Amino acid sequence: MTTAATSTSKMAAEPAGGSLRFYGVWLLGIVILIVLPMIFSSGGSLTSFSLIGIAIVFALSYNILLGQTGLLSFGHAVHYGLGGFAACHMMNAVVSHGWPIPLPFIPLFGGIGGLAFAMIIGWVMTKRAGTVFAMISLGIGELVASSSLILRSVFGGESGITTDRTALPKLLGWSFGPQLQVYYLIAFWLVLSAVAMYALTRTPLGRICNAVRDNPERVQFIGYDPHVVRYFAFCFAGFFAGIAGGLAAINFEIANSAYLGAIQSGLVLFSTFIGGTAFFFGPILGAILVTYLQLGLTNLTTAWQLYFGIIFIGIVMYSPGGIAGLLMMHRPLIRAGTLWTVIPSYFVAVVPTVALACGVILTIETVARFSGGDPINMFGIAFRATSPVTWLTAAILVVGGFFVARLTWRRIAEAWDRAATVARDRGYLA
Amino acid sequence: MTAAIEVRAVEKRFGNVGIIRDLNLSVAKGERHAIIGPNGAGKSTTFNLISGHIKPTSGEVRLNGDLISGLRPFEINRRGLSRSFQVTNVFARMTVWENVRCAVLWATGHRYAFWKNVDSLPEVRQRTAQILDDIHLTHRRDVPAGLLTYAEQRELEIGITIAGGATVVMLDEPTAGMSHAETDRAVSLIRRLTEGKTLVIVEHDMSVVFGLADRISVLVYGHIIASGTPEEIRRDPKVKEAYLGEEAH
Repeated sequence: MTTAATSTSKMAAEPAGGSLRFYGVWLLGIVILIVLPMIFSSGGSLTSFSLIGIAIVFALSYNILLGQTGLLSFGHAVHYGLGGFAACHMMNAVVSHGWPIPLPFIPLFGGIGGLAFAMIIGWVMTKRAGTVFAMISLGIGELVASSSLILRSVFGGESGITTDRTALPKLLGWSFGPQLQVYYLIAFWLVLSAVAMYALTRTPLGRICNAVRDNPERVQFIGYDPHVVRYFAFCFAGFFAGIAGGLAAINFEIANSAYLGAIQSGLVLFSTFIGGTAFFFGPILGAILVTYLQLGLTNLTTAWQLYFGIIFIGIVMYSPGGIAGLLMMHRPLIRAGTLWTVIPSYFVAVVPTVALACGVILTIETVARFSGGDPINMFGIAFRATSPVTWLTAAILVVGGFFVARLTWRRIAEAWDRAATVARDRGYLA
Repeated sequence: MTAAIEVRAVEKRFGNVGIIRDLNLSVAKGERHAIIGPNGAGKSTTFNLISGHIKPTSGEVRLNGDLISGLRPFEINRRGLSRSFQVTNVFARMTVWENVRCAVLWATGHRYAFWKNVDSLPEVRQRTAQILDDIHLTHRRDVPAGLLTYAEQRELEIGITIAGGATVVMLDEPTAGMSHAETDRAVSLIRRLTEGKTLVIVEHDMSVVFGLADRISVLVYGHIIASGTPEEIRRDPKVKEAYLGEEAH
């Protein structure tokens, strides 16, 4: 206990920001953002990085609600979309009025758009938490998404509102025509937003948000109105979602009804949950993974949404803490020095688990391509969906893989229990 | 002198069922007042009525002379009344330190501030450290409250209740489910921490009640049948009949 307690208590006693490691992580992130396009400079990867950056801001904003305040929203894309529309209108206004506002300031107006709607609608929405909030958010989401098709002057109907980012005043000679410049603009706002959102978690309001998440009833008896706390959280989440929407508008040079809809709202819920809501960096991991999968899988298979669903169900059932939760589980073992006793069981489990996964993929693709489509290409082997050989292979992989994999999973659990017990005995919480 | 808590003719009905009827209770400033009564007498409901958790159907509740019935719990809390819960009611996923710190924030004037670093507020830190020291949980400060032992959670519950510096503290069965040793610890803790404050306590353990309280009120079927010093209550025939029964012998 003693070492763990003193090291963490030191962190809390002086601001955690004082530690070198803390700044190191942020600095590393910034360096990676700067260097990335130099290593992967193709147009495709720049586009991917840009989308991932936007998705990270969006997912982090969503986690202000879900992870930090305990509000499950099914309509968060409303603020993202309205931010996008606000940014587009602002860009067009800047161009037509000749205002001296360069492009890098535009995401701020996206944020204001998201914030404005959150401030208007939020007071009613956050009156209650839980199911009531979730249902209202779903309703508002659908309401705004369908309005966007009806109110043509504002939302431009089916075609949306288009804009030209290069027509704005230049900043330091940057026209923001090339994707690389847009990437850096997104990276800049990503860092700014992430730092701001992290800072928010370390304010009195941020901590009371956590308290409202854990126990809204009790919060009332320490002087706080949980309604006001939820309202603040909702407004901040709307603001940062608006910034993400503004970045998307700059990236695509268009805002349309797809920005606002249920799919977009589902995707951010998805990313945040898969990444893990309990840790600040969770949504970052989730946004990277989900965006990457979305971009990659859509090219590989028509059944990509099915894979998303399976991953989501798997995370919900077996790792509710998401990827971040899985990673952070290992922290006490690392501190206690017992992680090495678990690692071998991981390696043993890899082969049968991958076999099982291949079997599942083969089954899904067989069904998806049964009535036509390219043969399934797996590790360079072509499987035809109509061939019994493929069915048999899939069946063997699924059934055999499952039974062997289950044995190896048990071994992990046993090794894990032993390591965790030792870690506990040594005074590290596990 | 105005009473710390003055309950006058309060009634609470749920539908047609009157849980509390003609409740009158007066707690003087600085007094340690215990409310006892058989199960289902309405002790927790009385707590909920005073602390604003539920609103009375009729009647009035005053805190230091000000009318508080009808106010929301946080409004009542801001006027200096704080309460604990019978069922442990802490912020489970937050650490012990953060639990207490949250309870300190409003009282130190930081409210909904989103422009201050919560870690660099000296008076908040000092007060939190002091409370943790008082409830003997300093060594557990970085443990999530949900992982504490039951007795520790009850102590944390008391810590959260007093952290805001309320002058009127209400504790709902603070020693329920504790062992003898733990109860003794908790009682001395309560005695020390409520020094100079008004304390209202609901408790089943008679040794706790008679050891701690200056005055006792006996609640039976939503009505106070007797109110007085421990000696008076011990001797009161109505109380003997209605509640203490064999325990009084």
